[in-house]
Amino acid sequence: MAEQYRADVLVSCLHDRAPDLLPALQKEVEQRGLAGEVRVVEAGCRGFCSLGPVLLIEPEGTFYVGVQAADVPELVEETLVKGRVVERLTYREPTTRKRIPRYEDIPFHRQQQRIVLRHCGLINPTSIEEYIAVGGYQALGKVLSEMTPEQVIEEVKKSGLRGRGGAGFPTGRKWEAARKARGDIKYIVVNGDEGDPNCFMDRALMEADPHSILEGAIIAAYAVGAHHGFFYIPFEHTLSVKNVRTAIEQAREYGLLGNDILGSGFDFDVEIRIGAHCFVGGESTAVMAAVEGRASEPRSKYVHTTEKGVYNRPSCLNNVKTLSIVPEIILRGADWYASIGTEKSKGTTVFSLAGKINNVGLVEVPMGITPRELVFDIGGGIPAKRKFKALQIGGPSGGFLPESLMDMPMDYETLDQAGAMMGTGGVIIADDHTCLIDTVKYFLEFLQEESCGKCTPCREGLPIMHAILTRFTKGEGSVADLEVLESLARSIKVTSLCGLGKSAPNPVLSTLRYFRDEYLAHIEQKKCPAGVCKALVTFVINDNCTGCAACVRKCPQNAISGELKQPHTIDQSLCIKCGVCRDTCKFDAISVA
Amino acid sequence: MPKITNLAELQQLRQQLQRDIKARTDTTTTITVGMGTCGIAAGAREVMHAILAELDRRGILAHVTTVGCIGMCSKEPLVDIQQGNEPRVTYGNVKPDMVPRLIQEHIVEGHVVDEWVVGRVAG
Repeated sequence: MAEQYRADVLVSCLHDRAPDLLPALQKEVEQRGLAGEVRVVEAGCRGFCSLGPVLLIEPEGTFYVGVQAADVPELVEETLVKGRVVERLTYREPTTRKRIPRYEDIPFHRQQQRIVLRHCGLINPTSIEEYIAVGGYQALGKVLSEMTPEQVIEEVKKSGLRGRGGAGFPTGRKWEAARKARGDIKYIVVNGDEGDPNCFMDRALMEADPHSILEGAIIAAYAVGAHHGFFYIPFEHTLSVKNVRTAIEQAREYGLLGNDILGSGFDFDVEIRIGAHCFVGGESTAVMAAVEGRASEPRSKYVHTTEKGVYNRPSCLNNVKTLSIVPEIILRGADWYASIGTEKSKGTTVFSLAGKINNVGLVEVPMGITPRELVFDIGGGIPAKRKFKALQIGGPSGGFLPESLMDMPMDYETLDQAGAMMGTGGVIIADDHTCLIDTVKYFLEFLQEESCGKCTPCREGLPIMHAILTRFTKGEGSVADLEVLESLARSIKVTSLCGLGKSAPNPVLSTLRYFRDEYLAHIEQKKCPAGVCKALVTFVINDNCTGCAACVRKCPQNAISGELKQPHTIDQSLCIKCGVCRDTCKFDAISVA
Repeated sequence: MPKITNLAELQQLRQQLQRDIKARTDTTTTITVGMGTCGIAAGAREVMHAILAELDRRGILAHVTTVGCIGMCSKEPLVDIQQGNEPRVTYGNVKPDMVPRLIQEHIVEGHVVDEWVVGRVAG
């Protein structure tokens, strides 16, 4: 007899923060004699990472955030035994300060449309049984018993699905090319390297729902005519490797991988290949090089990988997110998928929200959402009542969008035209205390380190751009520098081989386009309006000062003095311009001179 | 474990496994057991176990939830059954041996067991 649980406690977004939480929950459930009726499940990431560890208690749908082991006895007693909500653990909406006890009512969740992340945080990723219970492998069954490979390709083409790795190449067309390519041996490559640092959406998917990717990969193999696949994962994603490995083993045991899958006569198996994570490492030809055991460097693509890829055989490479969407398209139909999104960018996309935003985490929304909806509705707005300044999208080599584009529907095309890009969907929010020159400098530092060095413009050009920006932040730049910066950026963009070099100038070009004033302030007025570039900043106390002494206590240099209830002053000779006083002040009494 | 050799087997397996995660699946039936101190003292836990076992035996997908004391301690254990938009029906002084009949008549056949009802609330 299957165990009949009345309640499931789904624990997500642990991310090593509370290693004692799960054991404590299990122990408490057992001690209270609830072991046969309440089940504790370690589910994958729910996207609510900033508030983790989070607990979803079903069937009630009660949602707790920031749960620690010390909360367990009260939580079990109140919620699991007596069916009451523990108010203090519920989510508090950042703008209205209202507590929302049910997961479904939280705006962060309510305004999402989850297709890629449909099972994330809802099932145990290490249990193929739970995946099958929610409808897993039904699409594969349908494909193998009812559809020809051509019909599968046609369906995917009709859905308008485009590669979610970043470039947005139509998936159906890629599959078709790989199917038509000559050769008796063909490969499927599953790309689990998102390249973008600290974006972690591919990692979250591999950790939370590996079977959906696997199912998509088997369908792709059937469509393309491949019998062998490589699942490429960077070694840093240890939990991804573990969960994907478990998933592959389970699928083999059930006969969903191997020979004669579901009695169809179709054979396919997949092996894991592990590489080292780097920024270019997610590029398709770099992944294929890594799969072969070589250094992950991109090559020129005048011969398509669908003709000559891994070991010079026709290879079909897809991002993990792309593959996980495929079973849904098969089950719910191409028309359903094509009805979501914009004219040219169909379906949903996953964004990773970070920076100056209240709800940091992963969200999935229909293509065509505006930055305003993303930041203020789903993202919960900017913390500490600061003002929005820019939205950076597309990873370190993406572009910055200004307030004036906040109502632009975002898809592959519009973002490209605006000088940004979809990329893997990394979004960073900058507020009015963020200096964009400094931020661009930071991105260039990253990019020049990650450049593989193959092409001269990228290898030599990025350090020069970085040096110019460094001068700007010190107040040493000139308007002539600005012109050099701009022409350098344009030439790197057109003369580099791979996506890294081609997109690396984006942060510079987009800020020059939308935030030129900020450059000019640094160059001509020798000022940093955001108050970040230390050489250009003087903090002064203005008339708003109430003399509360909050800043006096926080200043690490003891540079602020003054009587209580009398305006304070800053001793400029002691000030190190860290800005702590400004962040502490509740009265906007500290300004940048 | 046995290999799945065709789509029909896969679908059959899914139906079995679905019951295992029913707490996370939408259902139209919710059974609520009063589990305040009064309820537990009157034997609510045993009643709930009987409900879980009966649901499992019959393969019925229904949510079973717990609530605290509603104030009618003398009638505990109290069991509420709500189906779709029907009024919520409260049964009082429920004993484990009453559970099979409750589930058979109320949930399977759709007749409220009037003699055990202590209250109804519009859904």
